This record gives sequence, structure tokens and C-alpha cells, in this order.
Amino acid sequence: MTKSRLGRVGSRLAIATSALVLAATMGVAQAADPIRIGEINSYTALADFTQPYKKGWEMAVEEVNAAGGVLGRPLEVIHRDDGGKPANAVKIAEELTSRENVDLLAGTYFSHIGVAVTNYSQQREKLFIATEPMSDDIVWKQGHRYTFRLRPSTYLQSAMLAREAAKQPAKRWAIVAPNYKFGQDAVAAFKKVLKEERPDVEFVEEQWPALFKIDPGATVQAMLQAEPEGIYSALFSRDLTAFVREAELRGLLRDDITFVGLLTGEPEYLEPMGDEAPENWIVTGYPYYGIDNPEHKRFIDDYQKKYNEAPRMGSLVGYVFIQAIKAMIEEAGSTDQEAMIQAMKDLTFPSIVGPITFRGLDHQSTMGTWVGRTAVIDGMPQMVDWYYAEAEAYFPPDEEIKKLRSGE
Amino acid sequence: MSFYFAQFLTGLASASSLFLVASGLSIIFGVTRIVNFAHGSFYMLGAFIAYSLVTALPHGPLGFWGGVIISALVVGVIGVVMEILVLRRIYQSPELFQLVATFGVVLLIKDVALWVWGPEDKLGPRAPGFDGAVDIFGSKVPEYDLVVIVLGLVVLAALWLLFNRTRWGALVRAATEDREMLGALGINQALLFTSVFFLGSVLAGLGGALQIPRASVSHHMDLAIIATAFVVVVVGGMGSIVGAFLASVIISELNAFGILVFPEITLVLMFLVMVVVLVIRPWGILGKPEGEAAGEVLEGETLSIMPGRRMRLALLGAFALLLVLPSVVEPFYLLLLSEVFVFALFAASLHFIMGNGGMVSFGHAAYFGLGAYGAAMLLIYGDTGMELAIALAPLAAGLGALIFGYFCVRLSGVYMAMLSLAFAQIVWSVAFQSTELTGGEDGLVGVWPSPWASDRIVYYYLTLVLCAGGILALWRMLYAPFGYTLRAGRDSPLRVEAIGVNLRQHRWFAFVIAGLFAGLAGGLYGFLHGIVEPQAVDIPRSIDALMMVLIGGVQTLIGPLAGAFAFVFLENRLLAFEFWRAIFGLIIIGICVAMPLGIVGSLHRLALRAAAARAS
Repeated sequence: MTKSRLGRVGSRLAIATSALVLAATMGVAQAADPIRIGEINSYTALADFTQPYKKGWEMAVEEVNAAGGVLGRPLEVIHRDDGGKPANAVKIAEELTSRENVDLLAGTYFSHIGVAVTNYSQQREKLFIATEPMSDDIVWKQGHRYTFRLRPSTYLQSAMLAREAAKQPAKRWAIVAPNYKFGQDAVAAFKKVLKEERPDVEFVEEQWPALFKIDPGATVQAMLQAEPEGIYSALFSRDLTAFVREAELRGLLRDDITFVGLLTGEPEYLEPMGDEAPENWIVTGYPYYGIDNPEHKRFIDDYQKKYNEAPRMGSLVGYVFIQAIKAMIEEAGSTDQEAMIQAMKDLTFPSIVGPITFRGLDHQSTMGTWVGRTAVIDGMPQMVDWYYAEAEAYFPPDEEIKKLRSGE
Repeated sequence: MSFYFAQFLTGLASASSLFLVASGLSIIFGVTRIVNFAHGSFYMLGAFIAYSLVTALPHGPLGFWGGVIISALVVGVIGVVMEILVLRRIYQSPELFQLVATFGVVLLIKDVALWVWGPEDKLGPRAPGFDGAVDIFGSKVPEYDLVVIVLGLVVLAALWLLFNRTRWGALVRAATEDREMLGALGINQALLFTSVFFLGSVLAGLGGALQIPRASVSHHMDLAIIATAFVVVVVGGMGSIVGAFLASVIISELNAFGILVFPEITLVLMFLVMVVVLVIRPWGILGKPEGEAAGEVLEGETLSIMPGRRMRLALLGAFALLLVLPSVVEPFYLLLLSEVFVFALFAASLHFIMGNGGMVSFGHAAYFGLGAYGAAMLLIYGDTGMELAIALAPLAAGLGALIFGYFCVRLSGVYMAMLSLAFAQIVWSVAFQSTELTGGEDGLVGVWPSPWASDRIVYYYLTLVLCAGGILALWRMLYAPFGYTLRAGRDSPLRVEAIGVNLRQHRWFAFVIAGLFAGLAGGLYGFLHGIVEPQAVDIPRSIDALMMVLIGGVQTLIGPLAGAFAFVFLENRLLAFEFWRAIFGLIIIGICVAMPLGIVGSLHRLALRAAAARAS
């Protein structure tokens, strides 16, 4: 600690006297030094999800610190905006590690940024808790001992949807997904699981708009042309809204076409569409309005009281993220990196959505998500007929995962 | 058949809204010669303002169309404010300064919009009365698409009448042909320019406002539209309204049908069209070939004198300081300084053709990106190791410069700048959309230095030595006969040709050299952060280089280096602020207005004046 403290004080002086002036002073570590978490996220590039997420972890940090912190030390989250750029995120990771002397790195939203920071954490051997990015590579192909991931992956969520899709009559499927890691993983997983369950399905059309650059009219028209019976969408945020609007106008949202939407039920993407939200889509999402588990309900009520708005999926992930960190450090007994990594493996902690385990096998948490159908009730889009899908039931066999992580 | 017709109409609707934006840009360029990057920001503001108005005003046709029109007018006024407060002060500066200043405005508006409307996307209502679809030959076509098509045609007709049947239009056309003559005839140019800016900005605002019923309003609209709008303006012919319309139709239809055949590479098509048009008809489909007016992008004092002894000693001292620095500063500053070195070499390579050769490139990032991707792909697919990858990176970029340069050096001035931009965008779209090879938007990760160089200090020295060596090599060439010939070609191409110099070949050669060194910078950059992704080739990267050169001082030797240093450290210091882009934008605008020779150039002039005062 003494050494890290020294660097920090030194850095501030250096800035004060101009970036290149040299400085070195003594500093003494104190007993109640905060536990420093370096958090990187796309706070401006994808505010819909990351702002509620920030509120979620802020609330959790306040609660933890009010209750005396962890190991008698308060938690401190040093957060930075990566502007949606992977190279920026890596630079920030370096700054947080070497200048801010954070005990661990966390965060990221977009899959490609998550992968970039995962790669950084391997190179610099620094613990990284990927909170929101969903790409499978983070824990599988690129997985390594320094990175763990909280949110259910693209594979898990696509598998949940594919099993529901398999129960539908539709055989001719079309696909629309953003052309980057998240979309590609989502489609590959959906196709794989659906084919396993229903060898008779075929995929007749694929549209790969660049992320946030969709040409909705032309895309919808191309899907109409293919005459699918089912459509799987991995679009989100502004791509989803634009697609739905055109699909409605051009008559693609028909009752005889089964729609399956990854993340479409998450309030951050569903609610902005208001009464134009599509109905009867099979989706993953977060029906906070129907939760009755008392622990979880307390979180929702407190959140609403504190921020005067309903929680989003991001809020939940942000809150559980801090719960996980607290459990890990208590288990580790210190902020020593090796101790934290050992603690993380097979760590089970009681979260507000029930017990969650970070699997030692692939560092993926067993946090699940909600699967249901969309409906518009009194002008408000909601999820109905939903259930909480535990992640355990959807993982591929251990052997397959071991093979993917063989590069570890 | 009906499907194709529906798709055709979809394309036509996109063409119509694209035309509204591009026509404004074209008019502004035609008259004032300003490459207005802020045009996309006006488009975005139009959408945001219209969203606020339409949701606040009573629902119904009056509220909707009233909101759209008021929004367009408000944006027009904002355009006028920019013209009067910023651009009018720098009409005398080199034209590129105006471009950099408008980029400062882009940053400023981005943060103002973030502050006013918050970060979330906004989904506006549909247009009252046009919220359904009509059946055309069995396909459903949104009514609003038809409205937009009609509006586009109405605006086209109105603009044509305005330019061809009114006195104001005649004056604007005259200004497009010969500004000086117009001034000599006693026409108030300032007023004319301001009114042109108003009209252009109104069109941008209108284009944005009309997007509300089609998609959600977001903070990404500005840069998303500006590249496409530039393509339309250049393909159609700068300043030509009908040309802009034709180009909009070609590009939008290409996209609408391209999506059926190659859904993954639609972005490339647009820039390929631009290259083909510029190679065959450099002045665009309906533009007029220009001689002198398009040539003089750079003016002002020129770089010529070789650095004296004191200057050399100072540079040597600075280099020695950089050598001992790692023992005293924190590792993170070494990372930032390594970035400074890389960008200094990148800026110096642009300066080599721009300050010295008078060739302006808006797409210098192409070579930076080719170097970065070349090195990353060699490392990942070729398993060459870092050393060979960095050594070969310049060749990848040089090869690109050899091919692109061949076409670029046949043009001059702003047409050359635009063609270089088109080539850079082709590299960008290939990097962005060929997912298997380049990782697409995700980029290539795991581009880390070899074990011996993975320590920050070692890599710091590696970048320092290679970049300093590159910059010295460039400077050496500046003061070799080759460099003198280039400068002669910049100042008086006719005379140079007359004494038997093959100027085009010299320029081509210079272009390739600049590409080689930009490629070296790119190769080094990839290993700095362990990742190479499309942002290495994107438009902002090219603008970064332009800004470093211009802000540092285009007609000074160390200007680009000072620019790179200021740029990297300023950005890092500002990132901690919430509205850092606005501050950055204001600083850029401030420098453009107050220091038209760049930081180093202006300081140098001050020193000269002080010396002169002492002497007298």
C-alpha cells in the first residue's frame, strides 16, 4: 500500500506543477483506506442502460458503506466514461491500474469493449469483473484466470429463447442482428440450440445492419421478401425502435409470424417505445413490476424512492455487481489480488435475485434472467407470462467449455 | 416486381431526406468554400429541437408541421450565429482553418445537446395524418415515405427557382464563379455569405426535423450523416443542387438494393461510387471544372528556412530530456508520451505533403490504419512477432499510398482532399465490414508487444527512437533537393513544370513517403493499447492529424510535434470533466480565431516582431 499511495500523491503533484515536472513525496497508508474499484463504462455512448446501472451501484455502495464497509474499509468506485471506444477503454484501464492504483477493474457494456478489456486484464494480469458485456468470448474463447463475468451471456440468453422458439410451429426463420460481436454470438447460439431442439427448421434470411446504422425500411422490406414464419432479433436501443416502427408500418408484425427478441423485454429498450411496443414477442427482460421476492422487492422500492424512477435491468446488474464484490472481498479477507481470484472461483453469494455462483469452470456467474412475452397494458409496454430462467439449465456441457477455454 | 418497386420507393425516400441535408452543405461550400463539418450537427439539432417542439405543441398536423418548420428556422439562426461569431473572423486564414474551426463547433454542439436533452434517445411521434401505409402493387409503403419524397422534390424545385429566377440567386451563382469580381462590383459579401449560411442551415435543420417520425433522435446523428452528405456533395458536384439530388438518388438506391445482395458490405459501395466519379470526373457529375479557385487551400507564410543552430540544440536538449524522463515520471505518463510520439510522427508525415507540398489530405488516417491493421494481421495471422510486424507495417501503408496516391496527385486543392477522404473511407468500411479478417467493429485484440518490449519503459524507448528517427528522416528530405522541388511545386507549379520537372511524379513520390511514415506510426500505435479497431481509420482520426498540424502551425517545422503534444495531453486532462468535448471544442475555436498561424507559428511571429522592435 505504501508504494501505491506514494504514486498517487506523486501524480497529483505532477499535474499541479505541469505534466512533466517531477515529483516524489512520502505518504503513509492508513487503516481505513478505501477499497478502490476502477470502473469503465459507456456512460455517454449507451446511456439507456449504463446510467441506471450507475444508479444501481451507487445505491449499493452507499448501503455497504453505511453498514460499515467491507473488512472495515469503505468501498470507492472510480468510474470513467470510455466514449464507446475500445482503445479508449484500454487506455483508461491502464490509467486506473497504474495511476489510480485500483484494487480491481470492473464494468464495460459493449461486447467488443468488454473483450478488449478482458484481453488487457490477461496481458497485465489484473483482476477484471466484466459486469454487463454479454459476448461469449469473454469467458470462453478468450477466457482466462483474471476475468470473471456477471451478467448472463449471449449464449445463455439466446439458448433460453431458442428453447421457447422450438415450441413454436415456425420452421422458416429469418434473423436480424447488429454486425458485431454481440450480434454474431447471439445468432450463432440461437441457431445452434434451435437446430439441436428442432432439426427441421431452416434459416431463410439474414440481415446484418452495422450497429446503430440500420436502414430500417430496406431491412424490413428484405425480411418481407423472404416470407419467414419466425424472426429472431438481436437489435436493441435505437436500432430496435427504428426497426419496429418500420415493421409495423410495412406489415411485418403479423400474428402468423413468431417474433423472438433478445433483450427486447428489458425496460431500457421496451419502455421508450411506449404504446408502439410490439406485442406477443418472446423476449428476455426484466419485469420489475411483478417481482414479489421480498429482498428484491425492497431493492425496487428503495430504488424508486431514491431516484424517483423505476429500476431498469442496468440498475439490477449495478446493484448485484457491488453485492458480488462485497462477498468476494469478505471471502478473500484482503484486497490481495491472488486472494481475490481464489475467492472468486466458485464463490456463492446471496444476491437480491437469489444465490449466484461464479463458476470455477468458466468464471461465468449463474445469474439468470426473465423470459416472457411482451404486451401493451394501458398504453404501457410490459412483459407477461414470464418466469425467471436459472442459468444452470442452459450451459453447454462442461467438456465443450473446457475445449473452448483450452488456450487458458 | 412489386417488391422491387417498394424497395425503390424506400430508397427514394432515403434519397429525399439525404438531399435536404446535402443540398445545404453544397450551397454553403459552393459560395463560401467552407467544408462545414458542423452541418451534421445542425441536422442533429434540427431533430432534437423538432422533437421538443412537436411533443410540447398540441398534437395534430399544425403542431407537427409547425414544430418542424420552427425547428428548421431556429437551426438557420444558429448557423448564422456560427458564421458571424466564428467563421467571419477567419475568412482570411487558410481555408483549412475554417474546417478545423467547424470541427470545434461539432464538439461544442455535441455537448450542448447532451446537456439540454440528456443522453437518452428520444422517440418522437409519427406524423399526424401520415401514420399508416398505402398498398402499392401489393406491397405496403409508409405514407410518410411518400410525403418525404414529395417534400424533397418540392425543395429541389424551390431551390432551382431561387437560384435561377431571383436576383439573390444570381448573386449567389456569381459568388460561386468569382468571389472577388462580385466584391469589386460593390456587393456586400458578408451579408451574402450570412444569408447563404442561413439557407444551408435551415435545410440541415429541416432534414433532421423530418427524421422524427422515422427513427429515434440520438446523439450519433451528426457524424453518421456528415460522411454520407460529403459523398453526395462531391459526387453531385460541389455547389450543384441538381447534382446533389442525382447523387442522393444514386447512393440511396444503391444502398436499398445493395442490402439485398451484399447485406454486409453496404458501406463500401457508397465510397466506391465516390472514387469512380472522382477519378473519371473530378468535379462531380454536374459540377464545373475549376482552375485556380480550387487550388489554393493553403495560404500564408511558407515553410522554407532550415532550422538554425540554436533550434537544433534545443531539439537535441528536448530529446535528451525525453531519454532521462522514464526514471522520474510515473508509468502512465510514459504511455501518454508514447502516444504523443506516435501522433507526432503521424502529424509530421501529413505535414510533409501538406505544409511542404501543398497537398491536403482529409484521409491521412488511411495510411495510419493500413499500418495498424497490417501490423496486427501480420502478428495474429502471420505469427511474425512484433518486430517484423512493425517493420512491415510501413510497407502495407506505402502500398496503399502508392495506389491511392496515383489518383490523388492528379487532382489539386479540395478535390484532392475529398478523393483522399473517399479512399480513407473505403479502407474504413472494409475494416468495419469484413468481419472475418479484421474483426469488424470489434477490431483485432491481443496486439501486444513481444515480451522483451512489453514493459512500458522499453516500449517508450522503442516508440521514442523509431518516431524520432522517422521525423528526422522526413526533415532530412525536406531540406534535400527533393524537398525544395516540392516547395517550388507548391508555390508555382507552372514554373516548376517549365524547367522540366515532372511535378506529378514528385508529388506521387512524396505521397508514398508520407504514407510509409504514417504506416509506421499506425503500426506502433496498435501495440500501445493491444487493440486495432476501425477507429484507427475513421474520419475523426484524419481530422486529428489535420488539427495537430494546423493548431501546431502548418508552416513551421516543429508545429506538428507541438500539436501532437498539446492534443494528447489536453484530451487526457479534459477527459475527467463531464463536458470535456465542449471545452475542447472551445479551445480549438479559440486557437483558430486567435492564432491563425497555429501555436508555434504565432509564437514565432511574436518573437520576430519583438526582435524587430528591439532592432529599431
